[in-house]
Amino acid sequence: MASSKELDQYLQREYEAGFVTDIESDSLEPGLNEDVIRTISAKKNEPPFMLEWRLQAFRHWQKLKEPHWAHIHYDPIQYQDIVYYSAPKTKSSVNSLDEIDPELLKTYAKLGIPLLEQERLHGIAIDAVFDSVSVATTFKEKLAQEGIIFCSFSEAVQNHPELIKQYLGTVVPYTDNFFACLNAAVFTDGSFCYIPKGVRCPMELSTYFRINAAATGQFERTLIIAAENSSVSYLEGCTAPRRDENQLHAAVVELIALDEAQIKYSTVQNWYPGDKDGKGGIYNFVTKRGLCRGKSSKISWTQVETGSAITWKYPSVILQGDNSIGEFYSVALTNHRQQADTGTKMIHLGSNTRSTILAKGIAAGYGSNSYRGLVQVSSKAHNTQNYTQCDSLLLGSHSSAHTFPTIEVKNNSAKIEHEATTGKISEEQLFYCRQRGINQEDAISMIVNGFCKEVLKELPMEFAVEAQKLLTVSLEGAIG
Amino acid sequence: MAFSPASLLTIQNLHAGVDNTPILQGIELSIGYGQVHAIMGPNGSGKSTLANLLARKNGYEVYQGTITYLAEDLLSFSPEECAWKGIFLGFQYPVSIPGVSNIQFLKSAVNATRVAQGKPPLDAIDFLNMIKEKTAKLDMPSELLYRSLNDGFSGGEKKRNEILQMTLLEPKLAILDETDSGLDIDALKAVATGVNNFRNENRSIILITHYQRLLDYIEPDFIHVMVNGKIVKSGGKELASTLEEKGYAWL
Repeated sequence: MASSKELDQYLQREYEAGFVTDIESDSLEPGLNEDVIRTISAKKNEPPFMLEWRLQAFRHWQKLKEPHWAHIHYDPIQYQDIVYYSAPKTKSSVNSLDEIDPELLKTYAKLGIPLLEQERLHGIAIDAVFDSVSVATTFKEKLAQEGIIFCSFSEAVQNHPELIKQYLGTVVPYTDNFFACLNAAVFTDGSFCYIPKGVRCPMELSTYFRINAAATGQFERTLIIAAENSSVSYLEGCTAPRRDENQLHAAVVELIALDEAQIKYSTVQNWYPGDKDGKGGIYNFVTKRGLCRGKSSKISWTQVETGSAITWKYPSVILQGDNSIGEFYSVALTNHRQQADTGTKMIHLGSNTRSTILAKGIAAGYGSNSYRGLVQVSSKAHNTQNYTQCDSLLLGSHSSAHTFPTIEVKNNSAKIEHEATTGKISEEQLFYCRQRGINQEDAISMIVNGFCKEVLKELPMEFAVEAQKLLTVSLEGAIG
Repeated sequence: MAFSPASLLTIQNLHAGVDNTPILQGIELSIGYGQVHAIMGPNGSGKSTLANLLARKNGYEVYQGTITYLAEDLLSFSPEECAWKGIFLGFQYPVSIPGVSNIQFLKSAVNATRVAQGKPPLDAIDFLNMIKEKTAKLDMPSELLYRSLNDGFSGGEKKRNEILQMTLLEPKLAILDETDSGLDIDALKAVATGVNNFRNENRSIILITHYQRLLDYIEPDFIHVMVNGKIVKSGGKELASTLEEKGYAWL
């Protein structure tokens, strides 16, 4: 039909976060061996238990093979060509935001994350991670009044080693998988958050990850612990410069909710996706898992994934405590040559545990979008419930959507529901909108946002608006 | 005074079709300001093709002829330009868009059109006041505004919603394609009342219909009969009853 051609010509807009910050950095030579790990640990002045843990992970990692079961295709990753540590030189330890290199502040301002203004305007506490290190954490003191610890991972290792020792690797052990194991060996920073008993965190906590240096991998680690009867809402955002080479991002996020605690973790992932022919872009291999350790605890993941050349990511919940609740709300959008294999695992160990999965995949251009999910009910988990809904929306005739759901139930009292749909934006829908005066670009954006509405409404308000804009921008140059 | 052509829309010797298959074979039609024209004819005669072509739906080929709308070449417009210049198509089968509320869609449509016409967009309050007034006139429950666009709407609700959009967008030329199909008598009356209230000396309407029934409620100035892609007979409103009696076969 003639209109497909017209869709083909749909406007191209460039990735807006693709600039590079010109800043001197302290980087290691590319390559990975025990010396590199010792150097990273020494640079971070880590206690011996951390170095030991890293080295164990590295020794284990050398025995592992990169997994290839996901529905994604890419050239082999050359692990010896990656720089495992890169930090802006000016940073030693900053006590206030005034001491941060103005270039860095400018970078975040350009990304719409003004660290200084943010403090005054939005009431959102931010930890800003630039390449391998955290450059700033806002609102620390205010949070400390409530007993909340919110700081970079490196600081937590220095100031709260007992908490790190107690919880690190308890949800995602280094033996978990290839990428998590690599991360355990070489991770350089990330965010740490501890909400004490009975405290409801008074503001949104947020980490903003930025990859800047070339040929650098980003390996950050986030650990959030919500003690009994506490609650926190956490958001992460990510961007990277536009480059022709692929860059590896292998992060680990561990969440731990004790009795009656609630953690809401939202992600707006906008790593550089590569150009329209699939050149460059971030390889995003991330392990995210939450443990509902206490009774009646709740962990909720919301993700809007529009970036990265490759997304391999399954934010999961282990429902260990009785009556605990796990949720996964996801929008994954792939355009041009982007590939996403994403979904979740809900592991029901406790009785009366409930989980909800709502996954929306949008594939445009030559994009490939896969949902992969596991719902597992153990023999001792009575009266569990899961509801899963997976919807795919295809734009153009070269995109593809796949669904790989697995259900393993060992207890007869479980109630499991699974629904899946696949649809296309039809010519009729577009014509209808255009006949009413809404131009094609706005019409596509409206239809896609309508499709994602149930997920977007789970995001904190400011970020929902941001996510909607991002979906619109990411779809440009879409349809083939 | 601005130049004002004698008629709003003039179609001359129009030959058009889809995939090299001619459907319209020499249409001649002129629509004056404020006139209501009914186009009747059997299934497959090309009525909907003409309606879609006038709204510049993709996928149609024009082999010959011209369409002049307000002294401009209508065939050079994009679908949204048609809308901005005041051409409205009431759909035979309005599409649904899940997750997009009716009111959100209506507001986007009204404001996109206003902005394209150089008018300021309406703010939420002005828009709400306007839409409340118009829904009340159409006897439409306001609950319909907050549901997803046409999603799970009954046939009557969809058609009322089309008429609501027409009254909101205030086009110069409204083309209503089989707006009467699938309506019970109450819905038909409500739709007809909406159209009659909309009528004035500056607004022209093309009614496309199979049945004379609609013309009992909306009285046209002219009736055209289309058969095999041609207008084979034109006349006044009395032509409707002849058609009702004799069918199309005698033409």
